Amino acid sequence: MRTTEAHEAGLIARVLAGEKELFHELIRPYERMVYLTLFSIVKNETEAEDGAQQTVISAYRHLASFRGDAKFSTWLTTIAINEGRKRLKKAKGAAEQSLEEQAESHEGDFTPAPLTDWREIPLEALERKELREALRVAVAELPGIYRQVFALRDLEELSVEETAQALRINPGAVKVRLHRARIMLQKRLVPFLKTTAPARRGFFRRAP
Amino acid sequence: MKLDCKHVWEHISEYIDDTVDAKLREDIERHLEHCEICSAILDSTRNILVLTADDRTFELPVGYSERLHERLAKEMEDSEKDSTKE
Ligand SMILES: [Zn+2]
Repeated sequence: MRTTEAHEAGLIARVLAGEKELFHELIRPYERMVYLTLFSIVKNETEAEDGAQQTVISAYRHLASFRGDAKFSTWLTTIAINEGRKRLKKAKGAAEQSLEEQAESHEGDFTPAPLTDWREIPLEALERKELREALRVAVAELPGIYRQVFALRDLEELSVEETAQALRINPGAVKVRLHRARIMLQKRLVPFLKTTAPARRGFFRRAP
Repeated sequence: MKLDCKHVWEHISEYIDDTVDAKLREDIERHLEHCEICSAILDSTRNILVLTADDRTFELPVGYSERLHERLAKEMEDSEKDSTKE
């Protein structure tokens, strides 16, 4: 981790000193992250790609303002989030945006769905295309505040702190939203997991 | 302390992230040993996270990276022209 940061700091210094071609190398590890961040907000491939390009260009133009008090990846994610929100606002109009931005409510059912006739889910079941598709749809249908936290934490694997920083919310809110997002997805996907679970135990358990 | 299922569900996300304290972790683990329902919920949630982190689930558009670097190269070229104009 530290060596990545040192390497990046070196690249940034050199880009700023005039070796601008190195910026290509600097952002390469984060291309996927930038796209997924955009997509989690705008939910449209073309918009997400266009926004991702804009994000990278914006980061290039403003690289000198990167201070190094946050990680480069977090800084880049913040730019991506701003770009996404700008596009969303333009597309939806202010009314819907404020709905999307509202804080998590205390209503709603955030209990997981039980799987009574369930056995361990075999690895083969996770390989099925339908399950991936179902997951994509379920994530897209999450309310925005939950989807964005879920995308940063579980898709892009940012830490709780980094997610909080990028979304400008507190770490407690990250945890609550993440918990709810995961439970909502579990509930949505149970039918898909159930139908493909033959009796077989202990096959696919993630190490604790 | 003996936990009920609902209590386990409330902490399932933190349990997965390993951010519960040692005592609670122990209580949850003891519950999981005898509760099939909670074990199933935990494993299915974990499986969803494994699937989420799999690059094949959320794919990038074909040619995304090439187009991104092309656009960036063009931006660099343009900014160079701007700065030489001055
Ligand atoms: Zn239980």
